[in-house]
Amino acid sequence: MRAPDTDDILLQVERVALSFGGVKALRDVSFNIRKGEIRAIIGPNGAGKTSMLNVINGFYRPNHGAITFKGRTRAKMQPFEAARGGIARTFQNVALFKGMSALDNIMAGRTLKVRCGVLWQLLRFGPALAEEVEHRRKVEEIIDFLEIETIRKVPVGRLPYGLQKRVELGRALAMEPDLLLLDEPMAGMNLEEKEDMSRFIMDVNNHFGTTIALIEHDMAVVMDLSDRVAVLDHGVKIADGTPDEVKRSQTVIDAYLGIAH
Amino acid sequence: MLYREAGQFKTTYAEDMAIFPIRQDRIALAILLGIAFIGVPLLATFRIWPFGSDYLLWAILLPFLILALAAIGTNILVGYCGQISLGSGAFMAIGAYSAYKLATGVHIPLASLGFAIAIPPLPVLASILLGGFMSAGVGILFGIPSLRIKGLYLAVATLAAQFFFDWAFLRLPWFTNYAPSGSVNAPELDFFGVVVRTPVERYLLCLLFVTVLAVLAKNLVRGNLGRQWMAIRDMDIAAELIGIRPLYAKLTAFAVSSFIIGVAGALWGFVYLGSWEPLAFSIERSLDLLFMVIIGGLGSIMGSFIGAAFILIVPILLNVLPTELGLPLSTQTITHLQFIIFGSLICYLLIKEPHGFARLISIGKEKLRLWPFPY
Ligand SMILES: Nc1ncnc2c1ncn2[C@@H]1O[C@H](COP(=O)(O)OP(=O)(O)OP(=O)(O)O)[C@@H](O)[C@H]1O
Ligand SMILES: [Mg+2]
Repeated sequence: MRAPDTDDILLQVERVALSFGGVKALRDVSFNIRKGEIRAIIGPNGAGKTSMLNVINGFYRPNHGAITFKGRTRAKMQPFEAARGGIARTFQNVALFKGMSALDNIMAGRTLKVRCGVLWQLLRFGPALAEEVEHRRKVEEIIDFLEIETIRKVPVGRLPYGLQKRVELGRALAMEPDLLLLDEPMAGMNLEEKEDMSRFIMDVNNHFGTTIALIEHDMAVVMDLSDRVAVLDHGVKIADGTPDEVKRSQTVIDAYLGIAH
Repeated sequence: MLYREAGQFKTTYAEDMAIFPIRQDRIALAILLGIAFIGVPLLATFRIWPFGSDYLLWAILLPFLILALAAIGTNILVGYCGQISLGSGAFMAIGAYSAYKLATGVHIPLASLGFAIAIPPLPVLASILLGGFMSAGVGILFGIPSLRIKGLYLAVATLAAQFFFDWAFLRLPWFTNYAPSGSVNAPELDFFGVVVRTPVERYLLCLLFVTVLAVLAKNLVRGNLGRQWMAIRDMDIAAELIGIRPLYAKLTAFAVSSFIIGVAGALWGFVYLGSWEPLAFSIERSLDLLFMVIIGGLGSIMGSFIGAAFILIVPILLNVLPTELGLPLSTQTITHLQFIIFGSLICYLLIKEPHGFARLISIGKEKLRLWPFPY
């Protein structure tokens, strides 16, 4: 394990609490994500994992606690600011733009990179066309990378679930994020699809140096991919460490056995 | 076998991103434009069939073009951005009355402040375009609630706009320059010295407006702004998380949509009607426009043309066909038939094919592309 170094901490979550009416989804959770790592968040159903991601990208407002991202601390960000700050994300239940093609979905991910104003877009000429082609080139790289060339013009609503998950990853990658939040990217996939997705996640992390926070139920995948694992149970962080440390932790074993019964 | 893209390899992204990437489509479009810009005017000038009388121009082509333009505007808001509006008629009215006021000179006495705002009469082209901008401004105003209210509630809010403007143009005599009858006369259509009078000239004028605005609209919807609109329509939460601001996306949709509808309204008043009464832009116009985009295809520029043609031609066919077949129907029966046809068609399309005729055509084309091999 690397020595703790505040310089390479990309995101710090400090004593965040969140409740919905009587349900305490998160209770004083603190953890950090280092630059360049794959950080897994695991835990039984209803543990608060998705809620944690929602707090990080500004979708939920925590009751208290603070989030420091790239050295700036705040209680809450607007989702728009989070996106502009370089946080991209995929959803547990795919949240694609159903009426648009795979290509347009991923192109939409380039929105924040668009420089030409509306007047130029109206004319679609000169610099506007050049910019559009440039975005298209970047997006085609992602399409090649994710091996979805054959479905680029298909409306995503018609695609099978596994491919939708890939397109959604593509849309997040198109934002060229610094921090990528993946909420169960392999849920409902067969073994082969899981292997493909694992490979994509590894490659994104290796080639682009993108920091990744990953929620996943499949322990084999988590142990394989992640550098560090945080374990949540009933909104409380019960363990945090390398995959090996977490695997051996008695509290974690109990938490999982607890729901098995 | 004729409709094939085999052998047409696209070597650049720019080619693949053209409006009509397939050559056969481009040829078809070129022929259509040739007929519209050259064929029709020639036939009409020399009074060759079917242009022996001005009926086809006046009763079909002119309203078709203007309503197709208004349908494009409606489609941007409803089809592309997913904001249901029942107020398109009101925005046509705003465009028409603003253009009328600007073309005849605006005088707003501010007695309490001791002065008046006076704008001299503007040229027709400027009036029509500014009518569009006025409509866009009001559209933005009425778009603000869309940030909070959605779906049915927004539809009701736009309905309120429709009734408010119906009332305003009927009851506030300032808008009609105090004409006792409440009806207004469009100014002479003088474009930089060229005066548009005959039906053919009017047709060409509208064709020009429609072509230019349709191309610009197409550019917008296939560019980044269009993708923002569709993203907001399909899933606003995910859109926000990729950095799209709902405020910006929705208000631009309201503005662009209202601008186009406003220009269509000004053309309707100035070029088609010539003189009009306040009820020329009633709720029925709004509903017609909504039907056009549903039937033609939500989220399709081409569909707006198809829908406009359909809504316009079906009543005419219902009038003409039974008489030709020796079965004259009463006017009432025709009206009822019309309701039945539109109603059932809309129900069918909303359930089965929300992308309307435009999608049915593209499915047909996909099949044709593969024919005679089923895969
Ligand atoms: N919007 C909401 N309104 C009310 N309660 C919520 C909401 N979102 C989450 N919760 C509750 O908060 C708790 C944590 O939910 P969360 O979705 O974060 O769990 P999770 O760890 O992602 O579970 P899973 O593995 O099933 O996805 C649950 O009890 C859930 O019912
Ligand atoms: Mg979850």
